[in-house]
Amino acid sequence: MDEVLTQEQGDLSELTVLKERFATTVLKAVEGIDCPTIVVGKESIVDVCHVLKSEFCFEQMIDLCGVDMSEHPKHAEGTPRFEIVYHLLSVTQNKRLRVKVLVNEREMVDSVTEVWSTANWFEREAFDMYGVIFNHHPDLRRLLTDYGFEGHPLRKDFPLTGHAEMFFDETQWRCVYKPNKLENRVLIPKTWPGVDRG
Amino acid sequence: MAEIKNYTLNFGPQHPSAHGVLRLVLELDGEVVERADPHIGLLHRGTEKLFEYKTYNQNIPYFDRFDYVSMMANEHAYALGVERLLGIQAPERAQYIRVMYAELTRILNHCLWLGAAALDIGAMTVFLYCFREREDIFDYYEEVSGARMHAAYFRPGGVARDLPEGLLGKIKGFTERFIGYVDEYETLLTENRIWKQRTVDIGVMDKQAALDWGFTGPMIRASGIAWDLRKTQPYDVYDKMDFDIPIGATGDSYDRYLVRVEEMRQSNHIIKQCVTWLEQNEGPVKVDDYKLTSPPRATIKDDMESLIHHFKFFSEGYHVPVGEVYAAVEHPKGEFGVYIVSDGSNKPYRMKVRAPGFAHLESLDYMCRGHMLADVVTILGTQDIVFGEVDR
Repeated sequence: MDEVLTQEQGDLSELTVLKERFATTVLKAVEGIDCPTIVVGKESIVDVCHVLKSEFCFEQMIDLCGVDMSEHPKHAEGTPRFEIVYHLLSVTQNKRLRVKVLVNEREMVDSVTEVWSTANWFEREAFDMYGVIFNHHPDLRRLLTDYGFEGHPLRKDFPLTGHAEMFFDETQWRCVYKPNKLENRVLIPKTWPGVDRG
Repeated sequence: MAEIKNYTLNFGPQHPSAHGVLRLVLELDGEVVERADPHIGLLHRGTEKLFEYKTYNQNIPYFDRFDYVSMMANEHAYALGVERLLGIQAPERAQYIRVMYAELTRILNHCLWLGAAALDIGAMTVFLYCFREREDIFDYYEEVSGARMHAAYFRPGGVARDLPEGLLGKIKGFTERFIGYVDEYETLLTENRIWKQRTVDIGVMDKQAALDWGFTGPMIRASGIAWDLRKTQPYDVYDKMDFDIPIGATGDSYDRYLVRVEEMRQSNHIIKQCVTWLEQNEGPVKVDDYKLTSPPRATIKDDMESLIHHFKFFSEGYHVPVGEVYAAVEHPKGEFGVYIVSDGSNKPYRMKVRAPGFAHLESLDYMCRGHMLADVVTILGTQDIVFGEVDR
């Protein structure tokens, strides 16, 4: 138990150090359940990442993903729709850090592939799933969806059933897409605690 | 003189050593690989989208289907993540059971890896040997969960049910046999000249490259970095376990083989410790809060409260407080992490799965450059790729 406490305190000072170092670029810094989180302005993400890697020893980028905040109850009107979340890991200091960038539709974020090579596919995936464009990315193609897929499936306005279904066409002797006619069934509705559900 | 051009070869998706559904576009100069472009997504099932429409309890079985050769290790990350968001901790007996099964799963995974990688490189016998032990572990899976593979046994707040009687004795017997089996595998490969010719100095990753490409697990350890989440960021009862972390010297394919073989021995050692503890200690296997776990079957028959809890738990599910958490475990393949964003409802708002194989496969282009065509299979094999987790 003591160990957990000291670790938390270590993170806390870490957070103030980070705040001081990036006084002009960090928009928000909070202590998360698992690791500190900083929100960075989208213009300065690459610079911040360079510093985090060289000065704060975050040698590894463990994960990068997008989040579509448009239907989140805490999402304020006027704030950007997407969050790009970077999870960093320091192997030498045994620390984690979460960095966030807020970005709207049709806005671009600078790619961090020049900092960590592994960002390449993670950014391709985020582009595929959310349509966020990464500037200066060496090879920004779709990654997980089919060749010629339309839309960005993890956006909240993309239906769970999708738009198209694949069939084998006897006359053309190949697979073709047709618009699907599936209806989106909801078996268990989404509920919040204390809300009357009639 | 004839003009010499690079040759583009399409490898997979039906090739047996493409491990399922990898399509690899290789640019060759003679037999030397100049560029490798993996096309993934042929097994993409949109699980992350499905998560957002399912309750927390309904999401557990999807985790078995990520890395479908180490099922319980996947569930472990999810269970830990949800527990951290809820602010609960599984009872000690449940933690021991989880650690024991996580390590059995590691053996399960490494046995499949060893068999399949050796088969890719040309050693047939190892495959048959390894599958004999996998069968035993599948039996233990079945005894505890009713399913041989997709167990859905680790739940947020503990495990689904306590161990059946007599199971610990069987697992104990297995741990005593298994050490001898690992020695058997080693007699087939470790000093085998052909195996060494095919793996030594193939796909070398130095420390810097391993960090840069996001390597974790046996891959980073083979490159000489002693990084293991079970030691550095212990979860459940790993901090009470005695085990060593094997590391490699050069970071080639042979090192990755040696590291994984030694890991099987260490896992076996951990299982022994868990069995000893579990034999001596009784206790609950899930948290005592029937809003978060299902109540005991017997009480449902005569207790109205339990009946309501049971109905609510399996229909509406439970609500998870607003917040976000990243939980990672030392999966047999590397760091398997789950990033959960909750909006306070009974379904996750966004759940991202960080699969170790995704980062490893990404580096294939870097690792294969300058190697021969046949080495691509060796590198792919020793990366331990499973497409369930890469494509999600």
